[in-house]
Amino acid sequence: MLRAQDVHKRYRHEEVLKGIDLEVASGEVLCLIGPSGSGKSTFLRCINHLERIDAGRLYVDGQLVGYRERGDCLYEMHPREVCRQRADIGMVFQRFNLFPHLTALENIIEAPLQVRRESRALATERARALLERVGMSDKADAYPSRLSGGQQQRVAIARALAMRPKLMLFDEPTSALDPELVGEVLNVMRGLTEDGMTMIVVTHEMAFARDAADSVAFMDAGVIVESGPPEEMLSHPRHERTRAFLSRIIGGRQ
Amino acid sequence: MTRVVPRRRPWLWLGSAAVIAIAALLAVSIYRNPNIQHGVILQYQFAPAILAGLRVTVVLALLAAVIGTVLGVLLAVMRLSESPVLRLASGFYTWLLRGTPLLVQILIWGNLALLFEYLGPFKTNDVLTPFVASVIALGLNEGAYMAEIVRAGIIAVDRGQNDAALALGMSQPLALRRIILPQALRVIMPPAGNQFISLLKATSLVSVIAGGDLLTAAHNISSANLHTIELMLVATFWYLTVTTISSLGQHYVERRLGKSGVGMHASS
Repeated sequence: MLRAQDVHKRYRHEEVLKGIDLEVASGEVLCLIGPSGSGKSTFLRCINHLERIDAGRLYVDGQLVGYRERGDCLYEMHPREVCRQRADIGMVFQRFNLFPHLTALENIIEAPLQVRRESRALATERARALLERVGMSDKADAYPSRLSGGQQQRVAIARALAMRPKLMLFDEPTSALDPELVGEVLNVMRGLTEDGMTMIVVTHEMAFARDAADSVAFMDAGVIVESGPPEEMLSHPRHERTRAFLSRIIGGRQ
Repeated sequence: MTRVVPRRRPWLWLGSAAVIAIAALLAVSIYRNPNIQHGVILQYQFAPAILAGLRVTVVLALLAAVIGTVLGVLLAVMRLSESPVLRLASGFYTWLLRGTPLLVQILIWGNLALLFEYLGPFKTNDVLTPFVASVIALGLNEGAYMAEIVRAGIIAVDRGQNDAALALGMSQPLALRRIILPQALRVIMPPAGNQFISLLKATSLVSVIAGGDLLTAAHNISSANLHTIELMLVATFWYLTVTTISSLGQHYVERRLGKSGVGMHASS
């Protein structure tokens, strides 16, 4: 579903991604872990072309993201085509980013109406089903400011799902939440993995990585240091940097 | 039960009394001034020429506000674009039109025939009637001010909103129209309302090119009958009326925006 080949990204003089190679199969869940500033979020934002990459290639569902290859060159796509690609990739943000001027339901139907040109009746019906799925049926008409962080994030997940994405990206979805609200969001995400959604999750929730991920990749300073099945990665990391990071995280959390 | 005795504030009372006394003196001195003929005021307050001028003033302000708003959004988007040329062009426009007196701009548009005798196939003076020149001058000037107001509004919207909209597959123009601008409106409305009231009054400047507005009408009458103050009072009444109405309108719109938007910033 996702194939990254030697992806590079630089901001002015600082190289934040120094050649990322990664593959995620359809239906697989990958957790990206690593210290802050290691480039995890940037990499995630490259996958749906919110950030341009400077070298390398990103394929989603066999299609090159954001560019067209002709001869030796990559030409950036027309914005319309970029939009079409993004519509198939769902994204959930650390700070939820719900639209504050719209109710929960309106947040969900906005893109299906405006981008997919679905009928209002159909979009609303599907939005209600999604709200049910994330346990938010009773808050359909509430504005985001009336919802807790956990509730907002669940609506944000429903909003992304409304576009029927092939791939879901989660950018630290529980980092901005009060501790007691983390569980409800993780439960919704676990539900998605059971439904076979392909997911890439940037997270510090090691328990989630251990029991929900098919593989875990550890990133540091713009490279993927190592990756593998969660059990092996989290219990028996091979690299010193991974070990140091895990001991800090787990030491800090338990 | 103990009684609460507020502290006495003699200065507050004295000050209030002084203000009332001054206001009363002023009112009486105007009312009883032998140089003001109240009959003239009453005679012209609803005179057809004055009402026609009032209509021109209101239409002028509305048209200029529409042009200014559209132009302001365009300039603000240019100012925030990735292209340095567009950014510079927008900055230059604002610099030029904000940095020169509106009166000068009105005079230039009103006398453009001196610079270009023909605009394409048309004679400049046939196209640029005083009214058209006034609309253009006021609208273009308004655009420069609205650009800054709209830009401030757009910047006030969290960047994550744009990310979220784009991530859902919205195009940038769609995201701007459906997500960013509706939220920016809460920040834009108060200064834009102020701006409109300024504009209503600024229309009076077009009297220098015989724009046919309220002041032009009042001035034409007063130069014939020499009752200058009376006719300025007639104009004052109408200016106050329209600015009061638009203040009330602004108040109403802001209250409605406040209700629907419920808190701009999401809490966690």
